[in-house]
Amino acid sequence: MARDASLETIRSAYRKLAKRHHPDLNPGDAQAEERFKHLASAHQLLSDPVKRARFDSGEIDATGQEKPRPTSYRDYADGHAGRRYAPAGAAEDAWDGQDIGDMFSSMFGAGRTSRAGSRRGPRRGQDQHFTLTAQFLDAINGTTTRLTLPDGRTLDVRIPPATSDGDTLRLRGQGEPGDDDGARGDALIEIHVAPHAFFRRDGADIRLDLPVSLSEAVLGGQIDVPTPGGKVRMRIPAGSDSLTQLRLRGRGVPEHGKNASKVAAGDLYATLRVTLGTPDPALVAFLRDWKPDLAPNPRHAMESAA
Amino acid sequence: MIGIDILITRISGLTQPDLERWIDNDWVRPHGASGAYQFQEIDVARVQLICELRDELCIDEEALPVVLQLLDELYAMRRQIHDLGDALDRLISREFQRALAQHPPQGKDDENAS
Repeated sequence: MARDASLETIRSAYRKLAKRHHPDLNPGDAQAEERFKHLASAHQLLSDPVKRARFDSGEIDATGQEKPRPTSYRDYADGHAGRRYAPAGAAEDAWDGQDIGDMFSSMFGAGRTSRAGSRRGPRRGQDQHFTLTAQFLDAINGTTTRLTLPDGRTLDVRIPPATSDGDTLRLRGQGEPGDDDGARGDALIEIHVAPHAFFRRDGADIRLDLPVSLSEAVLGGQIDVPTPGGKVRMRIPAGSDSLTQLRLRGRGVPEHGKNASKVAAGDLYATLRVTLGTPDPALVAFLRDWKPDLAPNPRHAMESAA
Repeated sequence: MIGIDILITRISGLTQPDLERWIDNDWVRPHGASGAYQFQEIDVARVQLICELRDELCIDEEALPVVLQLLDELYAMRRQIHDLGDALDRLISREFQRALAQHPPQGKDDENAS
């Protein structure tokens, strides 16, 4: 710690170390207790401006002011008196310290037969984990696909609409067989969604960059827009520039879920990209002779900012 | 056994409303009824511990019951282990005790290693 460390710095460093070394949090660890004593005396020393000044000037040593720590909670909690603070429902309540038989029976398994890991009685099979890559539109619209397992079984996996990347499907009873007539475990199938060439998912919405020709952008008109549910006709307003965003309501991720968890259909947002392609000679000739009254400067904002 | 007044003067930073709340929460379980509480040594040490957890380790009263519950479970477990040790001491032969103290057996490890 730096010589000029503030009281607050000292206090926060003390707390950090004290949480690790407090003897009542480390019962049975004599070293932790020893470290805590040093820590407590160092904290006491450094928190007291008078003592700290004497320590800094070398008048007293770091342990010089140590007081023996009063008896700790652990000294009592480990003994018979500690039973008063036994957790509710602990085996200890019903147990007078002489009844070792109960304790052995709980240690040797009689008290644990119903738990996983016990070797007695029917045991449920393990869950098996698989991953499955779904096409983007299959994950959006839902589909059924066949999965062949390593052991040769085939599973028909129903991918529900609006499945997201990383979602896990649980197929009950399709995991490993159980022991002694125990139930089969489940098959857990993690879905990876492959990216799409032009759709992007954004929660319940779908985003799309939509190329339009110069004349469609300038004059407007009806065009066909691809959506996850098929083509939809959309009107482009005249004079739509690149980056104009148009919304097709309800054409995003379809409605899915049931009852209370029902999620309404999202929207599709198409961002226009005016695309020139190879310019037509007539257009080139027109532009060459074109002298607009108000010559627009598309870089106006950049120039005024610079 | 001491009363509540003496306990409060003995532990710095402790107020009577704090202590009464802790008793209501069942974090501290003195003998006697409200107004005539009697604290044994373990109760005093427990109050001291709660003060340290709260004031020095900054575990606020929202988190304290979790910490106390885990501590109580830990100590219950330790008492059982001590009792078990005592029982084994009475019930089983010296030879068996020596064998347990040397567990895992040295010879077996060597066999596996070769």
